Amino acid sequence: MTDSAPTHAPTMTKLPLAERLRPWLPVLLVPVLIVIGYLIIPSQSSWLTLTVSGLAMGMMIFVIASGMTLVFGLMDVINFGHGAFISFGAFVGTTVLLALGQMTGAPSLLLNLLAIAGAVLAAMIVTGGMGWAFERAIVRPVYGSHLKQILVTMGGLIVAEQLIYVIWGGHEIVIARPETLKGAITFAGAALEKYRLVAVAVGLIVFLALRLVLRRTKLGLIVRAGVENPEMVQALGYNITRVFVGVFIAGSALAGLGGVMWALYQEVITAHMGNEIMILVFIVVIIGGLGSVEGCFIGALTVGLVQNYAAFMEPKLALISNIALMVAILMWRPMGMVPVVKAK
Amino acid sequence: MMRILSGDSPKSPVLAVLLALILLALAFAPFLFPGSRSLETAARICIFIVLVASYDLLLGYGGIVSFAHTMFFGMGAYGVAIATARMGTGYPALAVGALAGMVAAGLVALLIALLSLRVRAIFFAMITLAIASAVAVLVSQLSAITGGEDGMNIRIPRELTPAFRLGEVMGTGINGKILNYYLVFFCCLALFLLMLRIVNSPFGRVLQAIRENAFRAEAIGYRVVLYRALATCLSAMIAALAGSLFAIWLRYVGPATTLGMEIMMDILLIVVIGGMGTMYGAVVGTAIFVLAQNYLKTLMGGMSEATSALPLIPDLLSPDRWLLWLGILFILSVYFFPTGIVGRLRGTR
Repeated sequence: MTDSAPTHAPTMTKLPLAERLRPWLPVLLVPVLIVIGYLIIPSQSSWLTLTVSGLAMGMMIFVIASGMTLVFGLMDVINFGHGAFISFGAFVGTTVLLALGQMTGAPSLLLNLLAIAGAVLAAMIVTGGMGWAFERAIVRPVYGSHLKQILVTMGGLIVAEQLIYVIWGGHEIVIARPETLKGAITFAGAALEKYRLVAVAVGLIVFLALRLVLRRTKLGLIVRAGVENPEMVQALGYNITRVFVGVFIAGSALAGLGGVMWALYQEVITAHMGNEIMILVFIVVIIGGLGSVEGCFIGALTVGLVQNYAAFMEPKLALISNIALMVAILMWRPMGMVPVVKAK
Repeated sequence: MMRILSGDSPKSPVLAVLLALILLALAFAPFLFPGSRSLETAARICIFIVLVASYDLLLGYGGIVSFAHTMFFGMGAYGVAIATARMGTGYPALAVGALAGMVAAGLVALLIALLSLRVRAIFFAMITLAIASAVAVLVSQLSAITGGEDGMNIRIPRELTPAFRLGEVMGTGINGKILNYYLVFFCCLALFLLMLRIVNSPFGRVLQAIRENAFRAEAIGYRVVLYRALATCLSAMIAALAGSLFAIWLRYVGPATTLGMEIMMDILLIVVIGGMGTMYGAVVGTAIFVLAQNYLKTLMGGMSEATSALPLIPDLLSPDRWLLWLGILFILSVYFFPTGIVGRLRGTR
């Protein structure tokens, strides 16, 4: 009889450094891209301008895409109608901003920000409510069938887009930025548009807030667990459907926020703007890894930067560059940069 | 008869009568409905039947959603246009253009399929959407090759144009336009029967098995990715041929007429409303859709004017908003009639 432990001590071999670094590689992608941009763009000041505008664009796409990717991760629901929330957010926000013309026209930063806050709030409430209705009426009956989800949400997108035409008419609406956010500041010889800096800040705040909620709160824990294994979370007594509806509403509201940001970025809105942005959003969620907020963030910044650098080097390549980026990343990591592990 | 239909009979008397009526109407369109506008409609119906049926091959039988179908359609159309512009007018140019368009569409479809279906079938929908819109932008920008936003006019052989006159049959002057129509009609008929053959072959059976349960099909021993990729290629190539016919018929090709997202939406609506997974759904759906597009809009215009005193309602009923109602009909039919008109007529659920 031998009760003694085996005499040899097991050695825990550390994985080689390269292996341990592998999951972190995507994080390096954005800095590497910025450095590459620095090397290929001849003028330093235009590099800085392009980088800021790429980051601003990426942040806006991230704000829009984060909700969609979480909705997919949590319930395996793919929402092609996400673009409708962008358009509705933009239209509601613009309507509020135009109504608050005196506040946006005043040369006071506080009044301007208040007007924007009002517009954003209105847009988020409307799109959040829309998201709730959309989930109830359109998505709920087709849980579990991707084919039907794609078809039905596409139908929802058509109806929502037509409703914009009914409510606001078919013409595009021009919306000027608030007084204090017009123009640019000069930094190190480069002209940086003020609004883009604001967009970067808002995007960062949303990212950090999302991360905080997902990593540090109980709700976030349930959501993350739900992404990995919904049935188990359900079995532990949490109503995953209710959590999911909450995430859907939050995601829709974020799309509305993104819509307002995009409207002020472009300074003109059309009923089909949501569809145009959705193309970038799809690329972002695919290369980020469907269901992953971090991957979505990295993907959005990458797409924004690549689009801006490519547009500067060769204007006609701007859209193709993103397709090429998507193809390259899918060859490198077929499940996206930060793949979501499903316990299934 | 059953051999021609590859053993896939309509299985419903009403459907059989409808199909026969549509076939007869299209076959004798130049004599039954004289006038260039109705001939235009008939040709459009022929071409859209093939386009929609080829989409059904992918969506209804393969269970794959693609948003790049108009891109393949456009490849065929632009193939003919570019070949004619480079090689000069003539039948060889038309043949080379159609063939080149078809091969290019097949290759691109294969690439997209291998890139996306390998991982997840759901990627396919998103990737095709992104690629199709990028290509549409590219086509409108590369004006040196594609004519940009203006598109290209195509010079086709004189025998196919209205200037070529043959004589008179039953009081209708036979000209090149009518010959052109019959070229379109017979090509479309042949392509449709070919697709009927494909979906009723063992290959089509496997596709349906994969649609119902991909995992089980894989377990039985069928390479799911291979079958899906093949279905994608076939459907893209047939769509490209339909595009070539469209270009020859219209004698014009432009981004809006071949690549637009609106056309993609139309195809999707027709397939679902007509009936997914039934080739005949494409026929019935297209005929109803194109006729509705022509006549329903007039009706809606009348109703909009009749209610002009009320708030909001005239806006909802305006003929421009017909997509709104179609969208609602689309959603309802996905829920309640997933097999569409044809499925209803056949009494399957």
